[in-house]
Amino acid sequence: MAAAIETEGLTKDFAVGFWRPRPYRALDQLTLRVEAGEVFGFLGPNGAGKSTTLKLLMQLLYPSAGEARILGRPVGDPAVRQRIGFLAENPYYYDHLTAEELLAYFARLFGYRGADVATRVARVLDEVGIGKERRLRLRRFSKGMIQRVGLAQALLNDPEVVFLDEPMSGLDPLGRRHVRDLILGLRARGCTVFFSSHILSDAETLCSRVGVLVQGKLVASGPLSEILAFELKGWELVVSGVGDALRPDLAAMARTVTPLSDGHVMLHLAPNAEPDRVVGELSRRGAHIVSLNPLRETLEDYFVQVVGATAARDQRGVGA
Amino acid sequence: MRTVWIVAGASFKESVRDRVPYTMVVFAVLMIAASYLISELTAGQDLKIIKDLGLAAMSIFGLVIAVFIGIGLVSKEVERKSVFGLLTKPVTRAQFILGKYLGLVTTLTVNLTVMTVAYYAVLFYMDATATPTMRAGWAAPALDPRQLVAIVLVMGELALVTAVALLFSTFSSPLLSALLTLGLWVAGHFNADLRQFEQVVDQPAVAWVARALYYVLPNLAPFNVKSEVVYGMPVSASHVGFTLLYAAVYIAALLVAAVAIFRRRDFK
Repeated sequence: MAAAIETEGLTKDFAVGFWRPRPYRALDQLTLRVEAGEVFGFLGPNGAGKSTTLKLLMQLLYPSAGEARILGRPVGDPAVRQRIGFLAENPYYYDHLTAEELLAYFARLFGYRGADVATRVARVLDEVGIGKERRLRLRRFSKGMIQRVGLAQALLNDPEVVFLDEPMSGLDPLGRRHVRDLILGLRARGCTVFFSSHILSDAETLCSRVGVLVQGKLVASGPLSEILAFELKGWELVVSGVGDALRPDLAAMARTVTPLSDGHVMLHLAPNAEPDRVVGELSRRGAHIVSLNPLRETLEDYFVQVVGATAARDQRGVGA
Repeated sequence: MRTVWIVAGASFKESVRDRVPYTMVVFAVLMIAASYLISELTAGQDLKIIKDLGLAAMSIFGLVIAVFIGIGLVSKEVERKSVFGLLTKPVTRAQFILGKYLGLVTTLTVNLTVMTVAYYAVLFYMDATATPTMRAGWAAPALDPRQLVAIVLVMGELALVTAVALLFSTFSSPLLSALLTLGLWVAGHFNADLRQFEQVVDQPAVAWVARALYYVLPNLAPFNVKSEVVYGMPVSASHVGFTLLYAAVYIAALLVAAVAIFRRRDFK
């Protein structure tokens, strides 16, 4: 069965400089396979080549080398466009059209006619949470509202594969939660989602697999369960009511002791610290337990480690 | 072709809601109306002044609208990245270019129609209030339908200028596109001089360049028959036919070139 998205040695060079242009490699030999139904998080620092990859997949850019296929067909195939949705980073649409008119325009481009257009437009606008504003011209929309319109247009044609470039950008916390729910809804109905993001907690919640891109190169890729060891790194214990007699003994119980506001204190315990024993001891000596949480490796830890290692390797390469 | 018309319809809707072209149309209509007041100050030349000023206003403001929204067809879409939303739908780049062009030509036709109605309204008033002595001094009747021939040729010229603006906007910034289009419009009106230039220079290389430019640059002089219609002189059907055919061929060539450039373009 064909993969939902497949790239083979995908490379993009840009010419930089006006008088003496020199090549700059924005994407280097990207080979990737995303299966149908997966939610794939494409992660990387600014300028890593995430948007370049998405533009190559949308044929807004032409590759310098390599090839890409969506649903088993070359990316330039018009039939592919009928089956996909795309949200650009910081999207911009036509100032003088209303949200409804814009979506009706795009729906007609997908070949929908008559009442079907109005039904689809109303449905996707409801889905992204745009109410009465749908009859206002887009020039009056905030950045977050435009982002929602962008999401709506990406869902108009019930796509099999959705590409989202920084979908959380410009959204307030409620908006972000809404988008997270939307992506989970797409996953539930079997849609493949490929999204780039800086927000690692979202990727951790949503993705079945991630890829990490650094300086145009894919430095890591795989299921979250494989990438993150989920090993216990320690315990985070927050207590209150710590008396003066107890305070000097806290350092012996924990790796670090951090005073918080309102007389609370946060202790970081070692993985083998037997938290039951520590909690019992603290309770016996008059302290109140506020919370106890295990600390595991997060995607952010992994990301920082991978990006840092790549930067250090490049530094050594330059120095050698 | 359905996709092309859908794109054209949205471009038309977007451009007619833009305030700037409206302002231009209003300004042109005011100028046409003002020509009546100016004509009051000139003894015996009243109708000629109205016709001269009215047709010139249509031509100049039509040109400003064509250049102003023509350059926005592609370069502004690319600059603001609104093109991303459209080109990731089932729309080829050729359909995008043709749709945008047809949308703008439709907008220009509507604008020119509004100006024509205002122009004929002033002429109608002039005709209704003229004395037999005044009429006797007119070179052609006030409501002479031949003036429509001049307006049709203005429309042909504007359609060609729009295609020029579209071509430039496929590869350059909005400002540069505007300057290049206006430069080519000026050159197009003096194109016939290049033909004569070829005959007066001694150096064959210079003559060859002049001849090449004569054939490559658009020849816009034949589109201007305003003097002929103002003085009631005949404009042959063959002149109108060949000029419009020339416009159609030139526009087709420009659109083919615009599509060829746009197809290869990367959108960063």
